[in-house]
Amino acid sequence: MEASFLNLSAKIEAVKEGQISWPFVAPPFILIPVIFIALAMSLPLFYLLIRVIGAEDVWSLILQQRTLQVLLNTLGLAGAVTATTIIIAVPLAWLTVRTDLPGRKLWSILTMVPLVVPTLVGGFAFVAAFGYGGIVHNFFVNTLKISYQPEIYGFFGAWAVLSLLTYPYVLLSVRGALQGMDPAQEEVARTLGKTLWQVFWQVTLPKLRPAIASGGLLVTLYTLSDFAAVSLLQFDSFTRVIFLQYRSAFDRTYSAVLALILVVVTIIIVSIEMLTRGKARYYSVNRGVKGRMKRVKLGKGKVPALIFCLLVVALALFIPVGVSAYWLIRGLLQGEPAMLRWEAAFNSFYASSIAAGVGIFVTLPVAILSVKYKSKLSSLLEKATYAGYALPGIVVALSLVFFASNYALPLYQTLPLLIFAYVILFLPQAMGTLRSSLLQISPNVEDAGLTMGFSRFKILWSVTIPLIKSGILTGAALIFLTTMKELPATMLLGPTGFRSLTTEIWNATTEAFYTRAAGPALLLVLVSLFSLGILFYQEDREI
Amino acid sequence: MSQKNNILVIILALVVILLIGGVGQAFWGFFNDSNEDEITVYSGRSEDLIGPLFDKFTEETGVKVNARYGDTAELAATILEEGQNSPADIFFAQDAGALGALAVEGRLQTISEKYLEQVDSRLKSPEGYWLGTSGRARVVVYNTDKVEEEELPDNIWGFTEPEWEGRLGWAPSNGSFQAFVTALRVLEGEERAKEWLTKIKDNDPYEYHNNTSTVEGISRGEADVGFVNHYYLFRFIAEEGEDFPVRQIYTTGDAGSMINIAGIGILDVSRNDDRVKQFVEFMLTEEAQQHFVQENNEYPSIKELEVDNSLLKPLEEIDAPDLDLTNIEDLEGTLELLTEVGAL
Repeated sequence: MEASFLNLSAKIEAVKEGQISWPFVAPPFILIPVIFIALAMSLPLFYLLIRVIGAEDVWSLILQQRTLQVLLNTLGLAGAVTATTIIIAVPLAWLTVRTDLPGRKLWSILTMVPLVVPTLVGGFAFVAAFGYGGIVHNFFVNTLKISYQPEIYGFFGAWAVLSLLTYPYVLLSVRGALQGMDPAQEEVARTLGKTLWQVFWQVTLPKLRPAIASGGLLVTLYTLSDFAAVSLLQFDSFTRVIFLQYRSAFDRTYSAVLALILVVVTIIIVSIEMLTRGKARYYSVNRGVKGRMKRVKLGKGKVPALIFCLLVVALALFIPVGVSAYWLIRGLLQGEPAMLRWEAAFNSFYASSIAAGVGIFVTLPVAILSVKYKSKLSSLLEKATYAGYALPGIVVALSLVFFASNYALPLYQTLPLLIFAYVILFLPQAMGTLRSSLLQISPNVEDAGLTMGFSRFKILWSVTIPLIKSGILTGAALIFLTTMKELPATMLLGPTGFRSLTTEIWNATTEAFYTRAAGPALLLVLVSLFSLGILFYQEDREI
Repeated sequence: MSQKNNILVIILALVVILLIGGVGQAFWGFFNDSNEDEITVYSGRSEDLIGPLFDKFTEETGVKVNARYGDTAELAATILEEGQNSPADIFFAQDAGALGALAVEGRLQTISEKYLEQVDSRLKSPEGYWLGTSGRARVVVYNTDKVEEEELPDNIWGFTEPEWEGRLGWAPSNGSFQAFVTALRVLEGEERAKEWLTKIKDNDPYEYHNNTSTVEGISRGEADVGFVNHYYLFRFIAEEGEDFPVRQIYTTGDAGSMINIAGIGILDVSRNDDRVKQFVEFMLTEEAQQHFVQENNEYPSIKELEVDNSLLKPLEEIDAPDLDLTNIEDLEGTLELLTEVGAL
């Protein structure tokens, strides 16, 4: 027993040092699921290749100056949005996890919820609030007698809306990391006379790097794939070109070529993110038990901290909710019916919960493989999982329409297929948080299990999983919220007659039924608030 | 430690049960698909517009409608991907372009002459692949606080004048706007169409997402004038009241007041039996046509129908261009033109 353990441990050590670059040392209960998942995740890629093969003058399409120009525009937007979300989210995460901010629990949940606001609703609300003749403009012109010309369209508007609706990716990821982090090092730094700011900058922030990078990656890729916000805010982006091909020319070849370009860009971005991970250790060597955290006293800093939280929540949550409520009330006063189908709310909640559960279950093996059994192959697998997320939802949905209707007809347009689509689309979201919490576990803890003769499955179950619980909760929340607002896959792949809150919103907004759109939009926020409340209640109690 | 995992175990167990249940149900449904009294409709028209009519159809015939709602173009792409395994019997599209695209791919059956002959000749495919169930006109909407009706030119060329600089709104990525541009190409030729687009582009128009956001932008006073379909204004007035500061006019004799359709085609894979025929027949009944007129403020597609809707300007009074809708299938050419002039 002793000998075989040493042998194994040496092997794992060798893999970590990069001497063995082969993931097959991983136990089968990790390896086998990973292979299946990687295959499933590659379906959209296979589909795109099938569509592109045999296409004529592909290169002239790709090399059109406009295509490249638009691609650069989009990358610029993605960069700006990512930087902004980090600036918003890191302070928010620190304030809500590490300090005695008044109303901390409420703020933690309120600051996450903007993630559930569909960009279509968020974009409409932003224009209605800040555009010419909008609520804010009217207030300035009519009440304050200050006239100005609001310039909300183009880069600025798209940047503002996407930043406000996607910062929760970074926030959730960083929160998860902060909660998993052993506070002992920060306390030591404090006792050595470092100021609060120095501790944050020199001790906390460097350890948050993987979490910031993985959250930032999600924001970047989301920005690349979003259509509604850029279209409403009149910004010329790459996805708009893809959509035009589908919507106007019914051309599936050209759009597949464009989508493949997006995949290549994604792989480059993910590779860059992987490079920034470096070789640093993020765990504390002596850690076995998590130390009790002392909350930082904000003192006089409370007021600016509260103003900051309020400002973010006001812009990202209160405006879309306020504008929806305004539509609802205005329509009701005119005698319009407000249609609330509870069935839609239940379906959204039900499908999103299953997607979150399945998503975590299948992401865990991939994350373990990428952290504990790092190799060239495992990082390739990890990159492949991001492909589905960076593609516009319609591309992934159509690829599954193709495969399911031709090769898995009994499953076509059923709930299991829809869940499968959600998992392909959103698996990368849980990836980042699971990775960063796994990185924080010292391998010594797991090795200790091995010396005690536990099987590796037993160690995973009773040592690893409890230690990464906050990462699991965060990952589940991310998948849950994004599934709640998913539209194209839900429409094309859901069981016939399946209504969700987003299909209800789409149904109403395409034909200018604002009153009917407002009900489901508000319900979406409400159901999400409630679900997050339950999910994070427990977490808060433990701290 | 293991106690901490309780919640995970419960969640996992639930997920497994639900999934097994779902898969089981899916297979059960698939192998017991013996329900004769159903048809499947892929509808690019939203449930709010068309759902009540499907219910009426079921009520009268006992045939259940399995409706899948979605964006017209995305559903057309779905049908193409599904190939011969498509479960759809009928494609209900928001515009003639999508139906034309499916017809070109050989995915539509010809509809029986019995039904085609009831429909206005301008609102159906001459080869009989699809027919219009209702009509919608293109209009010019304007903000009543900023423009007097008298100031508006009576044709689309008037808006190319420099006085409209910075005051126009359009939605070049929207399907119904593109149908209008295609009509313009057919009616006036490529050169003139290009000239119009270039001149409008020089007037620096606001570029909206779709019809809804165009009307909304004009109501705020952002743009003064915009090109949209006729019935969106009625929706806004219903929600915001009579003082909603937007009204609309029809241009005369040009593409600016073209009539497009919402319509249906029968898929090649459909058994096209009595139930499908009943559906087509129902959509042309007076009851269904009155639903389009009264509830959706659209124009009827059948030849003789009493229209009693004060909001609608009667079709006879609109000087709509004489246009065969099959000619507006060439969306690709329109896309190229829009890209060429820099509108897309």
